[in-house]
Amino acid sequence: MIKAILIFNNHGKPRLSKFYEHYNEDTEQQIIRETFHLVSKRDENVCNFLEGGMLIGGSDYKLIYRHYATLYFVFCVDSSESELGILDLIQVFVETLDKCFENVCELDLIFHVDKVHNILAEMVMGGMVLETNMNEIITQVDAQNKMEKSETFIFQSTRQDR
Amino acid sequence: MALKIVKGSIDRMFDKNLQDLVRGIRNHKEDEAKYISTCIDEIKQELKQDNIAVKANAVCKLTYLQMLGYDVSWAAFNIVEVMSSSKFTYKRIGYLAASQCFHENTDVIMLTTNQIRKDLSSPNQYDTGVALTGLSCFVTPDLARDLANDIMTLMSHTKPYIRKKAVLIMYKVFLKYPESLRPAFPRLKEKLEDPDPGVQSAAVNVICELARRNPKNYLSLAPLFFKLMTSSTNNWVLIKIIKLFGALTPLEPRLGKKLIEPLTNLIHSTSAMSLLYECVNTVIAVLISLSSGMPNHSASIQLCVQKLRILIEDSDQNLKYLGLLAMSKILKTHPKSVQSHKDLILQCLDDKDESIRLRALDLLYGMVSKKNLMEIVKKLMIHVDKAEGTTYRDELLTKIIDICSQSNYQYITNFEWYISILVELTRLEGTRHGHLIASQMLDVAIRVKAIRVFAVAQMATLLDNAHLLTGNMQRNGICEVLYAAAWICGEFSEHLENPVQTLEAMLRPKVATLPGHIQAVYVQNAAKLFATILKNQEGNTDSTAAQETSQMMIDRLPLFVQSANLEVQERASCILQLVKYIQKLQQKDVEVAEEVSALFAGELNPVAPKAQKKVPVPEGLDLDAWINEPPSESESEDEQPKAIFTKEEPKHSRPRHTEVDEKELARRREARKQEQANNPFYIKASPSSQKVYQEAPGVEHIPVVQIDLSVPLKVPGLPMSDQYVKLEEERRQKERAEKKKKEKKKRKEKRSGRGKKHDSGPESEEDITPAHVVDIVTEEMPENALPSDDDDKDPNDPHKALDIDLDKPLADSEKLPVRSHRAAGAPKSSAEDGEAENATPQEPKKKSSKEKRDKKKDKERDRKRSKEEKKKKKHKHEEKEEDLLGGQAEEPVVQSEETKEVEAQPTSTSAEVSDLDFWLSNAPVPSNTQEAATVAEAAPAPEAPAGTAADSEPEEPKDTETEESKSSKHKKKKQKKEKEEKEKKKKKKHHHHHHHHHSDGGGEESVQNGTVEEEEPLPPMSNYCLLAENSYIKMVCDIQGNLQDGSQVVVSVIFENKSDSFLKSMEFNVLDSLNSKLQRPEGSGPHDGLTVPFQLPPGVSNEARFVFTVQSIVMPQKLKGTLTFIVKNEDSSTHEKLDFKLHFTCTSYLITTPCYSDAFAKLLESGDLKSSSVRLEGVNMPFHHLLARICFHHHFSVVERIDSCASMYSRSIQGHHVCLLVKTSGQTVSIDAKCDEPTLLGNVLDEIKQTFSQC
Repeated sequence: MIKAILIFNNHGKPRLSKFYEHYNEDTEQQIIRETFHLVSKRDENVCNFLEGGMLIGGSDYKLIYRHYATLYFVFCVDSSESELGILDLIQVFVETLDKCFENVCELDLIFHVDKVHNILAEMVMGGMVLETNMNEIITQVDAQNKMEKSETFIFQSTRQDR
Repeated sequence: MALKIVKGSIDRMFDKNLQDLVRGIRNHKEDEAKYISTCIDEIKQELKQDNIAVKANAVCKLTYLQMLGYDVSWAAFNIVEVMSSSKFTYKRIGYLAASQCFHENTDVIMLTTNQIRKDLSSPNQYDTGVALTGLSCFVTPDLARDLANDIMTLMSHTKPYIRKKAVLIMYKVFLKYPESLRPAFPRLKEKLEDPDPGVQSAAVNVICELARRNPKNYLSLAPLFFKLMTSSTNNWVLIKIIKLFGALTPLEPRLGKKLIEPLTNLIHSTSAMSLLYECVNTVIAVLISLSSGMPNHSASIQLCVQKLRILIEDSDQNLKYLGLLAMSKILKTHPKSVQSHKDLILQCLDDKDESIRLRALDLLYGMVSKKNLMEIVKKLMIHVDKAEGTTYRDELLTKIIDICSQSNYQYITNFEWYISILVELTRLEGTRHGHLIASQMLDVAIRVKAIRVFAVAQMATLLDNAHLLTGNMQRNGICEVLYAAAWICGEFSEHLENPVQTLEAMLRPKVATLPGHIQAVYVQNAAKLFATILKNQEGNTDSTAAQETSQMMIDRLPLFVQSANLEVQERASCILQLVKYIQKLQQKDVEVAEEVSALFAGELNPVAPKAQKKVPVPEGLDLDAWINEPPSESESEDEQPKAIFTKEEPKHSRPRHTEVDEKELARRREARKQEQANNPFYIKASPSSQKVYQEAPGVEHIPVVQIDLSVPLKVPGLPMSDQYVKLEEERRQKERAEKKKKEKKKRKEKRSGRGKKHDSGPESEEDITPAHVVDIVTEEMPENALPSDDDDKDPNDPHKALDIDLDKPLADSEKLPVRSHRAAGAPKSSAEDGEAENATPQEPKKKSSKEKRDKKKDKERDRKRSKEEKKKKKHKHEEKEEDLLGGQAEEPVVQSEETKEVEAQPTSTSAEVSDLDFWLSNAPVPSNTQEAATVAEAAPAPEAPAGTAADSEPEEPKDTETEESKSSKHKKKKQKKEKEEKEKKKKKKHHHHHHHHHSDGGGEESVQNGTVEEEEPLPPMSNYCLLAENSYIKMVCDIQGNLQDGSQVVVSVIFENKSDSFLKSMEFNVLDSLNSKLQRPEGSGPHDGLTVPFQLPPGVSNEARFVFTVQSIVMPQKLKGTLTFIVKNEDSSTHEKLDFKLHFTCTSYLITTPCYSDAFAKLLESGDLKSSSVRLEGVNMPFHHLLARICFHHHFSVVERIDSCASMYSRSIQGHHVCLLVKTSGQTVSIDAKCDEPTLLGNVLDEIKQTFSQC
């Protein structure tokens, strides 16, 4: 099970937070801060696994993260997930973002966090991995965006009618 | 209206959207909070508008703000509004917001049920998808209950996109609503073979998640997963399945054997590192589970370790990390194989990567030995000094303590060194683990008697330098050690060199800044110290010293009397008054020291942490029952507060107490004493029978070895553990030198005889003798504590509720709730539901036959392999047997247990389980697998007596076959037995028959105790005796006590139709006696008969069980009864009846209970048992037959057997112990018996006598 997925930048600013277990807002922020603190002080060439998050996890949980340019992608998972598998999943996630946003950069995540959520929802659901095939993910995301567009088009046209 | 809408859309054009909000926040870096609060105000305005687009926009912005840490729960209702929009765009925004901020306590969730249901059944798959995604985040028990059926329907949706989401969300539904697991499971299982890989993966995911928590319930799916593993190409699925197998193998070692080959194949073929790693991991798990049985796997373990070493040496840090992680799994069972890689692991301790260092630390734990402990800890201490982060340092600290204290300080040879280490650790600043160090200090000081002198000296120094520790009050975690220090100095104050100085240190004003609980200990132990000092000083001629000490106490204690902490205050004022009183006495020159020290006399024994939990609840004690009738509410409500807050009136109840006369009081006191003596909760004044301290002679004056040589024992200031390392080294060298000398001497002596020379190799473990003869006192446990492992389980774990037997067929009551008030969708879903219900019992059967075909292939392959391997010869032996069995399988096989349930057993379960066993046993497929399965299916209703007779012949290989058709309930039991068997096999390799399941465990006991093995086979035995018979029907019965309930007896009656007619409407009735009553369903009268829950076609027999309640069990008893039934022919039907007499022998109240010889001896010693004896003449049978008969017919178990003499044990359902000593000489058998109930014993002996007079 995945307990939480966090994306934050090199300064610890959250860009996306998805908790699959309920915490109140303050705790969530604390978790983000603590995770950032743990992750950011690690060198580039150390392993991508991390234990010892106090707030989130406990002994069975692990932080698995990847650092891309200005962003950290952190997954908090329990022992039922394969460590290397999750690393692959993060890669798939980033590549999908890259496809959907066409050369994704931090700004895309800043301004379109809802879209990132929608993409993530096609990959992970309720803490369990739903789909790992990038093409399938993109197909579903595109189809939904298309639907959304058609709706806004109708909406705008009706608005123009009035 | 139109105008309003236009106005709304115009407003909207001026609204900020999410992008504007983000931009705005970025532009207001200085006053972000202020800016956001204005934005929230705007959002509140927007939410008030009717336009759903505006609302959705607002909700979208709120979702963003929620991520920044703003509470948006106030908008929950608006979120629900947006969720219920008909437009997908808004719906998605709404569900996203809900998934981010709804939780179980959000009350508006109640309102969403119908909306979600509507979305789930929407024709648009994305509406459904979005609803499922959202629901997965905020599902509550109510939602789960209400929607479980809808979601289950979606699991068979035409679109794979919906199917996979529905399958996945079921896990969440199960968690919140465990009752849904059983009805939904068949469909979930079906999805494992879904054509769409995504759905399949989701199903694997869910089942793996379920099985991880309760693996035993999913063992029967192993063949299916095995198939998936060999066929799937999806790495995700493979990884999950392989991980699952890792969890299953410990439960079923045979599975492991099957797995090794495909896993090694995968390791060789895959290019994905993740898959490879999981394979290695599971292979390790398999090897671990196997290794207990077969030692020859150590080579494979070695291979795994070697592979992991390659990973650890890899430059990729991730692989290094995982290599260490997997290594630690091997460590638990095979520490030796890991120990050889100590160099590598110590090297990892220097890695720049903290994760890797932590993993290496974990490994160190298992690698220490007496020899290297000091060296390793020294290395760790250096790391402690170097470590920057407190987390890592704390981790190091706990590891040091773990390593040193593991298995009862097994590896510590020098406790002075260990105390010094602990004291050194107190110098760590800002650690959170002060209490850990403190508890270690306490533990060592209490349990290692020889170290107390040293410990006390060190603790006194600590107390003296307390200011060093408490220098920074902000980070006072470490001051916990002062708690330990004060207690040790107080409790063992007789060892203190300068008690006055320590007392002075404990009463310094600075102490008042310590946390309350520590101050309390200070005060209490100051009193202990005071007592010791008085004792020392009173001996002197100068009495002023003692008075000065009292004066100091009186001067210093008032500081504590003023403490805000209740505990401190209370203790201080008590002790202050005491000291004042003592002072008064001192001034009168009265000697008080004796009496004062009597206050603190006696030793405290260490009690095991779990001791309290392990105290068995005495029989008949119901902790939940009211002692008195619960007081009526009105009374207690008014009265109690008054009593607390108003000044209490002199109580009138007081004098009443005095009315009890002295005699009565004395009697009560005596009774209480008696009770306390028997009560394990009380620590007795003098531990008599179970004294824990082994007063090893001379513990007090152990010669402390050579410590005076180089370094003074009392290190000024704080001790340095390094010195001890050196000392230890020297000590060991010296020892070695001495040994060599001795050896040389010996050699010299021998040289003349033998000229052989052998160098003493490197120092081995055993050579190191501890510096002190250490008496580690074991922790106390209560008498007759029950060994149990389940106390570690977390009662709040949601997965506990999911520990559900999935193989049992569904009952009608288990249907998922179907909504009824919405007419439109209801018929469809209920139809679906019905379909599912119908499908349930058949499904597994269909599947199982399909699987079987696959398995056949597997097995054939296995056979080939096994032929190649010579070492599996033994196995082949078994195979042959089973092949044989296959041939015999047509014989009806029945077990009394099989028919436990009165209703005919559902066939699918037993078939499936036998399936698993077939699959697992590497046997070649018997050509009649199908037949075997059908036999298993037919099992519930074959000819019983014949079956039981067959079963009770332990030497017949047939038993294995019977075992195959066991129902799942017995599976666990069986596994255990198999383990036992393995062990047995080790002992006797040539002995390979299976002693399984004699019909009720009676005979089995004798096997367990190893009596029958080499001797001739037993004649068939059966406990079923004829109850009554006429031309239509025959009844045989067996009577057994109910283990769970001390007042119940279960009568299993097998009805056999002997006629050519159909027997129906059978009613079983018994005339109740005062002592025994037939349990009838509620609502029926005391003379009503019980309907037998089946009908009998011609020639068929079936078994029913009837429960009787009995009060006294000391006497045998006969009950009269009648069976009425209707005989139906083609043309006519007649009413018939059959009278019978049910004979409850005293034997039937006994239950086979295994007993160990030590417990047995204790029982006999206790002297509570009355004895009696009986002689049997002319018994002409081998002794082991005799024992087996007693075991079988009278429910005894053999405790011990020595030649022609055996001790046996049994227990009645009401807990009477019955012990037998059976001796034989020639044809005479004498049985000496003891029991706490003489009447029962007499009757049992009579019955035994009768048994043997019959044969």
